[in-house]
Amino acid sequence: MSRMTNRPLPDSVPSPGGGRTPKEPAGPAAAPAPVPAGLPGAAPGPVPGPASPASPAATAVRPAAGPGPVGSPSSGAARRGTRPGRGGPGRRSPLARGGWTPWLYLAPALVVIGGLLVYPVYQLGLISFLEYTQAQVSGGQPTTFQGLGNYAALFRDEQFWQVLLATVVFAAACVVSTLAVGCALAVLLTRVRAVPRLALMLAALGAWATPAVTGSTVWLLLFDPDFGPVNRVLGLGDHSWTYDRYSAFALVLLEVVWCSFPFVMVTVYAGIRAVPSEVLEAASLDGASQWRIWRSVLAPMLRPILVVVTIQSVIWDFKVFTQIYVMTNGGGIAGQNLVLNVYAYQKAFASSQYSLGSAIGVVMLLILLAVTLVYLRLLRRQGEEL
Amino acid sequence: MKFAHLFARTAAPIAALVVAGLTATACAPESSDNSGGKDEKSGTLRVWLFQEVTNAPKEKVVDSVVTAFEKAHEGTEVDVQYIPVETRAEKIKAAFNDPESAPDLIEYGNTDTAGYVKDGGLADVTEEFTDWSESKDTDPTAKQSVTVDGKIYGAPYFVGVRALYYRTDVFEELGLGVPRTQDELIGTARKIRQAKPELYGLAVGGAYTYGAMPFIWANGGEIAEGKGGSYASTIDSAQARKGIKAYTSLFGDDNCPAAKCAGMGGNDTVTAFASGKAGMAIGGDFSHAAIEAGKVKGKYAVVPLPGVESGDIAPAFAGGNNLGVLNSTSHRTLAVDLMEQLASKRTQGALFDAMGFLPTFTDVRQDVAKREPFVEPFVKTLGAGAKFVPASPAWSQIDASLVLPTMFQEIVSGRKDVEAASADAAKKMNTAFSSAG
Repeated sequence: MSRMTNRPLPDSVPSPGGGRTPKEPAGPAAAPAPVPAGLPGAAPGPVPGPASPASPAATAVRPAAGPGPVGSPSSGAARRGTRPGRGGPGRRSPLARGGWTPWLYLAPALVVIGGLLVYPVYQLGLISFLEYTQAQVSGGQPTTFQGLGNYAALFRDEQFWQVLLATVVFAAACVVSTLAVGCALAVLLTRVRAVPRLALMLAALGAWATPAVTGSTVWLLLFDPDFGPVNRVLGLGDHSWTYDRYSAFALVLLEVVWCSFPFVMVTVYAGIRAVPSEVLEAASLDGASQWRIWRSVLAPMLRPILVVVTIQSVIWDFKVFTQIYVMTNGGGIAGQNLVLNVYAYQKAFASSQYSLGSAIGVVMLLILLAVTLVYLRLLRRQGEEL
Repeated sequence: MKFAHLFARTAAPIAALVVAGLTATACAPESSDNSGGKDEKSGTLRVWLFQEVTNAPKEKVVDSVVTAFEKAHEGTEVDVQYIPVETRAEKIKAAFNDPESAPDLIEYGNTDTAGYVKDGGLADVTEEFTDWSESKDTDPTAKQSVTVDGKIYGAPYFVGVRALYYRTDVFEELGLGVPRTQDELIGTARKIRQAKPELYGLAVGGAYTYGAMPFIWANGGEIAEGKGGSYASTIDSAQARKGIKAYTSLFGDDNCPAAKCAGMGGNDTVTAFASGKAGMAIGGDFSHAAIEAGKVKGKYAVVPLPGVESGDIAPAFAGGNNLGVLNSTSHRTLAVDLMEQLASKRTQGALFDAMGFLPTFTDVRQDVAKREPFVEPFVKTLGAGAKFVPASPAWSQIDASLVLPTMFQEIVSGRKDVEAASADAAKKMNTAFSSAG
């Protein structure tokens, strides 16, 4: 059976992409084709030239491939046809095009990104090398260069390492739970009828739309030792959920999952909907179980979507602030529930050590970049093996 | 076509240059200039005072001072703004960062004095304060709260001090006497809890630093000792540890369960008392209104918090607010004059009648205690010698990084013993003292 279900795999993996091929990749694929033929040397020059013939070509392709049922077998054939060819023009084109035109188009976006992203990160990095507290901001003392002094102070701080460890473990638990809940409910959405689906969607969107402060306060009230309905229902008397370190983290985890699973659910649901039904039908005809279909058919097909939601969740959950700040009253009993972001806030704003706060920010940035890169790298390697 | 090609070639470097230029124009983060320098004799004086819960009576007192001031100084206008207490730290920092739109005179919490001085925000008014005829009656602790390294940076506006609130009905029912020593206080708290398990005996909080400090001070301990302008923490001294032990012994099922009380702050304990959930609480003269508005109205009394020996009063923390002139003011003389008017004996007397703020002048305080018996225990507490936090800019950092609450919480949650927790707290404080100078 495993061979049976595995067989459609290699073919079906690109096929959701293939379903889209005629719409997007096929557009460019069709467009460059006339370019090298018509204008070999001057490709970058006439800006309006290739653009205008390309767009009717693209629109001409679209209606043909648009209607689903007819499109999918034919697109599969088209894909197989273009594959060997893809390497050829792909490798030649950057040389042939001369290179600068794309930069011209990108310039406005680059300026905006430079202003909004690069510049603040640059300032963050710069401040982390200075002695910069309230006294320096208001001119009471001169700003001095500290080199790696702030980083050294940070790394010497025992609490930083404890907080870092807690943050990593907590974020990992949040990501796994969020993805599990989100994907499970996304699959459930495709199985239930319209009315329950609508209800589930509305409930999820409600959770999604709730501001983090409100959500945290409501959760805290639900678990309040004196007035909370949870203790009353469970008969726990005046048990305090935020006193013990792990139960406090668990409570916050519930809230984080509650407010971030809808994003995963909606995105994955949309992805599942784009999977051709024949593939699923074929899998179930082959006798695959639900779990097997998810693992061997849906998950590989949804890989690009899962990559995005995983990275998103990693970044969100690593940077969680509001929930911890509100639900554990700024880091819990004796700082037991501190996470990096709250810790940075304590250092940077509450005690006005902006330079130390910036150093924490830089460390967080580097960790997130590293995690994302390693994750992408791992996925790509897996993809090659497939 | 050639032109297009050229343009395409140059566009990216130009874009890169623009981005580089944007970053180059602000190479270093900004510092603002708070030196002020001018001293104009007319114009508009801007004043920031704190917005109280019921602000109208305060406004009335301030307005009458301002009207008299404007009459006495022709061509001068005073613009008073009331800023919310919760966001005062951000507002005042912003004022230091942007001297152009900063006020000339501000009200500020007295624990912030050293920090603001280090920020370069407050003007040194030692000379004017010493020459001011009324300043000789200023209570020494209040004067200490405007002094940094021997220089004076403002005028005390009012003081706030804490004492012991207790439930007269509960004490009568259980036949308890008012505790006269710290040991009696702890014993009484346990008796109340034992007889009435729905009440906390004495409501305490792991994050209630200023409720805990009197226990440490009463045992002869100190937060830190100043050595030639720089401080060293003494929170791990034998006396301080005795006080910490006494305070943390109050957390437990026999008085205030750690699971609930470890996270509580000062307001939480006052709320618990006001809503009738505690037999005793350590509250300020400023908590009076909140407690009067609660369930226990008419069923409580106040005495000074007892010290170690019978008849002693545990030294209380002298909280309160000051008025200070900003370094960046362009109306220095006028601003100092207005500060003296707003902090004068007359104004402080009127503010007491309007708001219940305790005056910072010893003689005025005696007068109001005669008029209003409620404040007597608070005045007595102040008279017995109140204490102040270290006048170091590091204090605001220590306060913000929750060094003392963390210490108490580590002990009451059983994570560390008194020795280890106080040694760690002392280490953290010393790091802050040495980095902030």
